[in-house]
Amino acid sequence: MSELLLVVVIAGERVALPAAAVESVVELDTLIPVPRAAPHVAGLSALRSRVLTVIDCMRSLELGVTDCSDGIREAAVVELDGHHYALIVDLVEDVVEVLSAPSAIRAAMGPGWERVSRGMVETEEGPMLLIDIAALVGGIEAKAA
Amino acid sequence: MDDLISEFIAECREMLEALGGEIVAWEASPDDRARLDSIFRFVHTVKGNCGFFDFPRLEALSHAAEDALAEVRAGRRQADPALVSAVLAIIDRIAEMIAALDAGEEFPAGEDSTLIVALQERADVQVAPVAATVAEAQSKAAAPRTIRLSVELLDRLMSGVSDMVLARNELARRLRETTGEVAVDGAFERLSTIIAEMRDAITRTRMQRIENLFVALPRMVRDLSAELGKQILVDIEGGDVELDREMIEMIRDPLTHIIRNAVDHGIELPADRLKAGKREIGLLSVSARQSGNQILIDIQDDGRGINGKKLVEKAIAAGVIEKSDAADLSPREQLALIFEAGLSTAKEVTAISGRGVGMDVVRSNIERIGGIVEVDSTIGAGTRMTLRVPLTLTIIPALTVSVAGQSFAIPRSAIDEIVRANGESVTLEKLGGAGVATIRGRRVPEIALSDVLGIESDIPEQERSLVVLRPAGADVYALAVDRIHDHEELVVKPAAPAVMATGLYAGTTLADDGSPILLFDPAGIAQVGGVKLEAHDRAARIAETSSTPAEVDAPVLLFRGLDGARRAMRLAVVDRIEEVPATAIRPGAGQLRVQLGEAILPLAGVNGDLPQEKVRLFRLNDGTCEIGYAFKEVIDLSAIANDIIPAEHPGEICAVTLVAGEPAELVDPHWLFSTFLTETERMPLQPICRLPADDPWMQNMLRPIVEAAGYRVVSEADEFEVDLAILSDASAEDATAARTIRLRAEPDPASKKDETIYRYDRAALLMALKSASGGGR
Repeated sequence: MSELLLVVVIAGERVALPAAAVESVVELDTLIPVPRAAPHVAGLSALRSRVLTVIDCMRSLELGVTDCSDGIREAAVVELDGHHYALIVDLVEDVVEVLSAPSAIRAAMGPGWERVSRGMVETEEGPMLLIDIAALVGGIEAKAA
Repeated sequence: MDDLISEFIAECREMLEALGGEIVAWEASPDDRARLDSIFRFVHTVKGNCGFFDFPRLEALSHAAEDALAEVRAGRRQADPALVSAVLAIIDRIAEMIAALDAGEEFPAGEDSTLIVALQERADVQVAPVAATVAEAQSKAAAPRTIRLSVELLDRLMSGVSDMVLARNELARRLRETTGEVAVDGAFERLSTIIAEMRDAITRTRMQRIENLFVALPRMVRDLSAELGKQILVDIEGGDVELDREMIEMIRDPLTHIIRNAVDHGIELPADRLKAGKREIGLLSVSARQSGNQILIDIQDDGRGINGKKLVEKAIAAGVIEKSDAADLSPREQLALIFEAGLSTAKEVTAISGRGVGMDVVRSNIERIGGIVEVDSTIGAGTRMTLRVPLTLTIIPALTVSVAGQSFAIPRSAIDEIVRANGESVTLEKLGGAGVATIRGRRVPEIALSDVLGIESDIPEQERSLVVLRPAGADVYALAVDRIHDHEELVVKPAAPAVMATGLYAGTTLADDGSPILLFDPAGIAQVGGVKLEAHDRAARIAETSSTPAEVDAPVLLFRGLDGARRAMRLAVVDRIEEVPATAIRPGAGQLRVQLGEAILPLAGVNGDLPQEKVRLFRLNDGTCEIGYAFKEVIDLSAIANDIIPAEHPGEICAVTLVAGEPAELVDPHWLFSTFLTETERMPLQPICRLPADDPWMQNMLRPIVEAAGYRVVSEADEFEVDLAILSDASAEDATAARTIRLRAEPDPASKKDETIYRYDRAALLMALKSASGGGR
């Protein structure tokens, strides 16, 4: 049980991402919009010579829109099927160790959270929601498919 | 041990790949020692390794093949088709086994002994002594030294170099901002060059000779044609053209499909070919060549060709096109129907090519990598398919444009032309909300990029630029963008699925400053923008053909005269536009003349004040003579499409008409030439007369008369053909003159035969001059 989790804050809630999937944490400054793309695609940004597709996690979770107008945003960079994504989060907090296998949460969550949930895991800092990165990147359309 | 086996498998596979073509070539010329040797080497290697690894079945097979081939090498046996087939069968079996080894499976079941027996010489075959053509063994050049590398490592290198290029660009910008120090700049320049070289080299590591794709073809065609009872000769050219590895993989299936089609449906059975008066053996040629930033792969057969009419019937039956549209299709468009889904001219589905994967799949596969498929066919003479694919997937020349402040890139290969929306040759109209741009008489659908992207553009419609795009295929449309920026070579990478899902983009790229740019997919934009490509093209073509005879579109140059009037000059009479200093214009011989280099031309069009310094003028040419026409400025190139209102009196202006929506005076070139040229100048090509230079009477008295008659006078120093030579009766004959006039000093002729003219007989002289200039030519 040495799996590590990255604790991030999305829409004011502390959730966990599998740390192994996160390549780095960056601060995005430029954001090039992608017209006609799905709403949760906030735009494109560049990390060295790589193009990052920036995902607005709030949008993906149907919890509102992240305000990107103030410039620098913190984001976690993940790779999925050969493409690099930057997930916009409110805050990146810490790395914690997983203490249990994920278990289902039986209470009703918001529909957005329900879609990206991989269950509840125990950590030193108490129970936490483990996020399915692919579902988060896929956004609302992925559910319909 | 495992390492050794995987090394052995990799080696075998490489040899197998190269061998397919060799065997067929060997069959064609059994005396080719080099081919025989390389096949022998393969089975020998396999045999040797099998003994080591303990694969008895592989060993038995390769041993048998080696023995048979050794006989041939020793000249005790000849390579006949039976032997070639048997060797091929063995090599196939070896390939199957090696594939199984690689996958870690059991060897495929099968009786090897029948294969080995097939190698045995049939008793009735007489062994003829092989002609001694063994000497040319060393024909094949030594293979270049290579090592195997993982693609992953190459990709890492590639992205490392890309990073380096970006870092260099960043550094270059910083250096420009600070005050330049020569030593630093020099060092940076050197670094820059090295990085560029490295980028080239790394890019080349991704390249592969297209040969790798072609080597398998002869074998494939051989098997197919044997199955179908046809005889086909394959001719392959251009195997040394290099392509991106990924690209080679992408065109493998389409190419295979086209060749299968050609063999199956294109080339006829030998009997049918003879009936059609062709050679029994069909010819299939596959060639690759590089043309600009594209690779062209031609697949040509001399078979029965594609029947366009049948295709149209099929297309109507399948509901692909409307019956009413069908009649309007050009032969080319008829053939292009082959790429529509669900169409095949073959009467019945065969095992070879009619397996539901149609040419539509071929086209979509090629278009996916930014390529084009073209088809050209003549019934009875054959079909040619051309695949045009971009040189590399990754580096695409593109045009950057912007809308509402955001930059995008458009692949340059799709761009037909760029015009300004407010240009004189462009009109924009709205028909039922749909945009139609008329560009020099051609009607094309027009869409605004800002509408397609759903963003607001604050540039008014008239100030935008139109990019006329021709997406893979043949149909054009115009895309209105705010601004055109630059041509750039962009390293394009695929975009994330969420971005590609829009259908608008072909990929992403990084600009020089490191910010991401989206690359458009021109076909996707048309689709999202609601442009019906194929249907629209037909309509556009019809509109063009029906309107052409009605209006004679004479191209005219629209300009502003010195008096400020808007005038139009027929383009055909304008030779070129010149700019001369004002001092080159001065009055002479009764009118204004302009000096242009060696020539002095009459100058027309001076109806206002001449500019102080530079004067611009048209050099008009009626085919033989030239005059100048001064003007203030050129407005545009346009065409007369409207009615012409003729002027009442003849003059410089022959008519008034609407050009590009505004009235313009049409300049009458005939009037210009008839008015401004003096009679002699109007004379087509001055005749030349030679006068003796040392004869004072001729030079002083006669010369003015000769020149007045329209001749150019030369002396004996100019030793070229002249039209007329005037000689005194004493001087020798002029051999280079077409005609000669001899003058005598005495009024009376010396004899009856004397054809000389008395030198003061003015009437006779003029008559002779006139007849010489008219009749002698």
